Amino acid sequence: MFDKAFLEKLAEYKKKWEDEAKEIPQNSRSRFMTISSDDVEILYGPESVDMSNYMDKIGFPGEFPYTRGVHKTMYRSKMWTMRQFSGMGSPKQTNERYHYLLKQGTNGLSVAFDLPTLMGYDSDSDRSLGEVGKCGVAVDTLADMETIFDGIDTSKISTSMTINAPASILLAMYIALSEKKGVPSNKLTGTLQNDILKEYIAQKEWIYPPEPSIRLITDMMQFCSDHVPGWNTISISGYHIREAGATAAQELAFTLADGFQYVESAIAAGQDVDVFAKRLSFFFNAHQDFFEEIAKYRAARRIWAKRMRYKYNAKKERSWLLRFHTQTAGCSLTAQQPENNLMRTAFQALSGVLGGTQSLHTNSMDETLALPSEKAVLLALRTQQIIMQETGVTNTIDPLAGSYFVEHMTDKIEAAAEAYFDEIERRGGVLQCIEEGYFQRELAKSAYRYQKEIENGERIIVGVNEYVMEEDIDIPVLRIDETVADNQVASLNKIKETRDNDKTKRTLEELTECAKGNGNTMKAILDCVRVYATEGEIVDAMRPVFGEYTEPPMF
Amino acid sequence: MADKIRVLLAKPGLDGHDRGIKVIAAAFRDAGFEVIYTGLRQTPEQIVTAAIQEDVDAVGVSILSGAHMILFPAILELLKKEGGEDILLFGGGIISKEDMVDLKKAGVAKLYTPGATTTEIVDWLKSAVKDKKSDEKIL
Amino acid sequence: MSLYDKFLDGSVIALSRIISHIENLRPGYQELLSRLYRRTNGIYRIGLTGPPGAGKSSLVNLLAGQLADDGRRVAVICVDPSSPFTGGAFLGDRIRMQDIPVDKGVFIRSMGSRGSTGGLAAATSNVTVALDAFGFDTLIIETVGVGQMELDIIDACDTVVVTLVPESGDAIQALKAGLMEIADVFAVNKSDRAGAEQMLYDLKSALEMRTEKSKWEVPVIATQALHKKNTEELLRLILEHKSFLETSGQLSHIRGLQLQKKVETVITRLVFRDISSNILSDGVLEKAVDKIMKGEEDPYSAGMRLYKRFKLGS
Ligand SMILES: Nc1nc2c(ncn2[C@@H]2O[C@H](COP(=O)(O)OP(=O)(O)OP(=O)(O)O)[C@@H](O)[C@H]2O)c(=O)[nH]1
Ligand SMILES: [Mg+2]
Repeated sequence: MFDKAFLEKLAEYKKKWEDEAKEIPQNSRSRFMTISSDDVEILYGPESVDMSNYMDKIGFPGEFPYTRGVHKTMYRSKMWTMRQFSGMGSPKQTNERYHYLLKQGTNGLSVAFDLPTLMGYDSDSDRSLGEVGKCGVAVDTLADMETIFDGIDTSKISTSMTINAPASILLAMYIALSEKKGVPSNKLTGTLQNDILKEYIAQKEWIYPPEPSIRLITDMMQFCSDHVPGWNTISISGYHIREAGATAAQELAFTLADGFQYVESAIAAGQDVDVFAKRLSFFFNAHQDFFEEIAKYRAARRIWAKRMRYKYNAKKERSWLLRFHTQTAGCSLTAQQPENNLMRTAFQALSGVLGGTQSLHTNSMDETLALPSEKAVLLALRTQQIIMQETGVTNTIDPLAGSYFVEHMTDKIEAAAEAYFDEIERRGGVLQCIEEGYFQRELAKSAYRYQKEIENGERIIVGVNEYVMEEDIDIPVLRIDETVADNQVASLNKIKETRDNDKTKRTLEELTECAKGNGNTMKAILDCVRVYATEGEIVDAMRPVFGEYTEPPMF
Repeated sequence: MADKIRVLLAKPGLDGHDRGIKVIAAAFRDAGFEVIYTGLRQTPEQIVTAAIQEDVDAVGVSILSGAHMILFPAILELLKKEGGEDILLFGGGIISKEDMVDLKKAGVAKLYTPGATTTEIVDWLKSAVKDKKSDEKIL
Repeated sequence: MSLYDKFLDGSVIALSRIISHIENLRPGYQELLSRLYRRTNGIYRIGLTGPPGAGKSSLVNLLAGQLADDGRRVAVICVDPSSPFTGGAFLGDRIRMQDIPVDKGVFIRSMGSRGSTGGLAAATSNVTVALDAFGFDTLIIETVGVGQMELDIIDACDTVVVTLVPESGDAIQALKAGLMEIADVFAVNKSDRAGAEQMLYDLKSALEMRTEKSKWEVPVIATQALHKKNTEELLRLILEHKSFLETSGQLSHIRGLQLQKKVETVITRLVFRDISSNILSDGVLEKAVDKIMKGEEDPYSAGMRLYKRFKLGS
C-alpha cells in the first residue's frame, strides 16, 4: 500500500518520535497489555501492517476471505438476531412460556435443559438429586418433549436446543414428536449446540470418551444431511472455552481446531463437505478487551474460509462462511457493584457488532449471584437496541477495517492461532490433546495468570481491586422447590408402567448392537425414543460399548 | 521441618465450572501444599473416603449449582462418622448470608463468595492448620 | 487409645495418620516402623512405571478393581512429582481411579515425590510397611512417570510392569532408558492406536536380543485401559510372575537384596541426621564457605576436617 521509500522515511521518523515519547513520564503501570496478557505498543502505523495483499487478506464483505463480514450488505440488509436464552421449570411451564412467546411474534424457540438432562441422567437417578428442573427443563422421555411442544406447529418455528453430549437423543425426540404431528423431518429447522469437543475442554458436560462421541456426531450429521436438511447440526463454541479462562487467541484457536476436527471426521466418514459444512456455525465470547475481540472475529472468518477452501477443498462459497453467535462474557461480570456490569456488557456487545456477529446475547447485570431479574433482562436487551438504533455503528460495514491497530491485531491473533494449530498437530491432533489435557492445562494456566495479575494489581477490575466500596453483597436465599422434581419423577414412573417394556428393551438392545457395529446410531436412537425409552436408558445402552470419560489430571 | 499441608479439592454436584477450583489448586501448589484434586461430579462419599485415606488437613469444595445446603452438611456428617471431624471443611460458592450462618454453625470452617483472592485463602489455610494441633499419642 | 492401638483395631483413619507420621519423619517414626515391621506378612507389591500419560493410573484403576473382586485386600500408592521450587505438588492420579470399589476397602494414597528423583518418594517403601502391617496383601505402586530413570521401583516392588504406548517410539529408546532391565512385564497400552503392532514387535525382538537370559521370559502384552481390553490378561501375567518368584526362590532373593538396601538406608539416614544436627548446625558450614572464598581453605580439606571433628565428637 505504501512504497518502500516512504516506509523507510517513516521508520526513521518514528524512531525519533519514540525517543521523544520515552522522555515523557508515563503511567506507573508496569505493562500495557490486553486482557489476554498480550503486550500492546504505544502506537501503530503503516509499518505495523502488511497491506500489499489487500484483496487476499481483507477484500470485500461477502467475498473471500470474508475478513470484513460474511454478507455483502451486512446489517443494512439483515440486523443481527437478538437472541436471549432462558428457560427453566417443568415441561408444562416451558410449553406455556413458548405459547406466550409465540403470541408475541417470536418464531424461534430456544430450549435450555437442566443439568441431569445435559449429562444423560434421568430425573430419578441418584446423580440428579437437587438438580431436576433447576437451570432448565427436565426431559426424560419423548412424552416430556411432546408436552413442551404441545399445540405448537414445529414446521413453522425454528428451535434451538442447547445440548451437547446427548444431543442425538434430544434431536431424535424432536423428530419423533413432529412425526406424530404429521410434520416430516425435512420440514424441521433449528439448531443444536452439539459441540462435544468443547465439553472436554471447558464446560465438562461429557458422557463418553471423545472418539465414540465424535461418531455419534458424524452419524447425526449424515442423518441430517439425508433427512433433516434444515437443521444446523453443530454450533462450535468458543464461549465456554473463554469462560473457563482462555485468552482470546486460545478461544479462537481451540474453537476453530474443534471445527476442523468435526470437518475432518465427517470427511473421513465419507461425507461431502459441501453438504454438511453449511450447517456448521460458531458461538463466540465477547470479552472486555475491545479491539482484541474485534480482531478475533475478523481473524476467525479469514482462517475458516481459507482452510475450508484450500485444505478441505470445499467448492461452494456457503461452506467457507464462518457465521457466528456472540454472547457477552459472563466471567467478566462482578458480584461487587453489579450495576457496573451494565457498562461492561454494553462495550462487549459493541465489539461483537463491530466484529460482524450474526446474533447476540447480552448478559444481565445481576447474573453472577442469581437468576436475572426481569428488569435486568430488559436492560440487557435495550443495550442491543441502543447499539442498533442509536450509535450509528451499523451504517457502514466493518468500520474498523484499515485501523492500523485493528489490522495489526487481526494479523497477530491469526498468527497466534496458526501457531496453536501447529502445536495441536505436533501433539497428534485435537483428540489426543484433549486426552492429554493439553487444552485444559493451557486454560488453567491462563486463568491462574489472570487471577494473579488481579491480585498483584497488574490488572485493575473496577470495584474489585480498585474503586472498591463498602457494600453488602446481597446474595438471595435459594429456595429449594422439589415439587418440579417430584412431579417429573412421578410422570417418568408412569411412562415406564404404561409403555411396552419388552419392545423398549428390545429396541435398546438393538441400539447396543448398532453401537458395537458401524450402523448409524442416530437411526437406532430414533427407534428408541419412539418407544419411549428414557434418555438415561439410551445413554446406558451405549455406555458398555463406548466407555465413560474421565477428565485427565491437570498439570 | 514442619509437615507439608495436604488439601483435598473436589467438585461435588453436576456443574462443570471448575475454573475457580483449578485456580485455587494452582495457588495452593505454589504455596507449597500438596493438593489432591479428585475432579468433577464427586459424591460426598467419594470426597470423604479420599479425605480420610489421604489424611488431608483440609477439604475444599466448590459448589456453584446451588446445592450447598445439601452437600456441605452431608460431607460434614460423613467426616464425623469416619473419625475425621478435625479435618477442616471449607468451600466456595454463591451462598447467602443466612445459609452461611447455618453452615458455619454446622461446622464448615470457612466459606468464600465471589471475589475472594487466592492469597486470602492460602493465608487462612496456613494459619488454620497451624491452630489445629493434635496431641494424639502415637504409640 | 493411642493411634497405634487404633491402627491395630483396624481404623482406616489411624492407618492414614500413621502413614503421615512416616512420611513426615515425625519424632518416633523409626520406633513406629520397627513395631509395624514385626506385624508384616510379606505383602505382594506390583509396580507400574512408564512415560507420562501412558495410562498407568487407568491400568491401576482396573487392576485394583480386579484384585479386589478376587477377594484380595488391595492398597494403592501413587507418586506424583513435587515442585523442586515450592515443594508443592499436584496429586492427580486419583482422578483416574474412580472405578476402584472403595466399598471393597481398597485404600489409595497419593504421595508427592518430595525431592526424590528415582520415581518414588523417599518414604514410599516405609509406607508399604504400614500397609502390610495393616493387613493388605497386595499393593500397587505407580511411579511419578516423568519419563526419567525411575529405578526406585526395583527396590520397592516384587513385580515391575513397564507401561509403554505406541507413540513411545522405538523400543531401543526404552532399552536406553534402562526399562528393559527392570521390566518383568511389558504392557503396550493404548493399543487401539496406530503403531501398536510395531511397538509390540520391536519390544519382543529387543527382548530376544538380550544376552543375559533369566528363567523368567518377560512377556509383552497389548492393553487398552480405556476400553478395559486385555487388562485381565495383564493381571494374569503379573500373577504368573508372582508364582514364578515364589516357586523359583527368586522372591526371597529379591527381598533379601531389598532388605540389605533398607538397612543401609536406615544407617545412612541416621548418620546423615547426626551429621546435620552436629556439624551442619550453628553456621559451621557458612564459616567454612567463608574461609574457602577467602582462599584460606579448599572444599575438600574443609569437608575432611569437619567430618573428623564429627567422628571425634560422637
Ligand atoms: N486411546 C487410549 N487412551 C487411553 C488408554 N488407556 C488410557 N488412556 C488415556 O490416556 C490418558 C492418560 O491416562 P492415565 O491413566 O492418566 O496415564 P498415566 O500414565 O497415569 O499418566 P501420569 O500419571 O500423568 O503419568 C487418559 O486420557 C486415558 O483415558 C487406551 O487404552 N487407549
Ligand atoms: Mg497417573
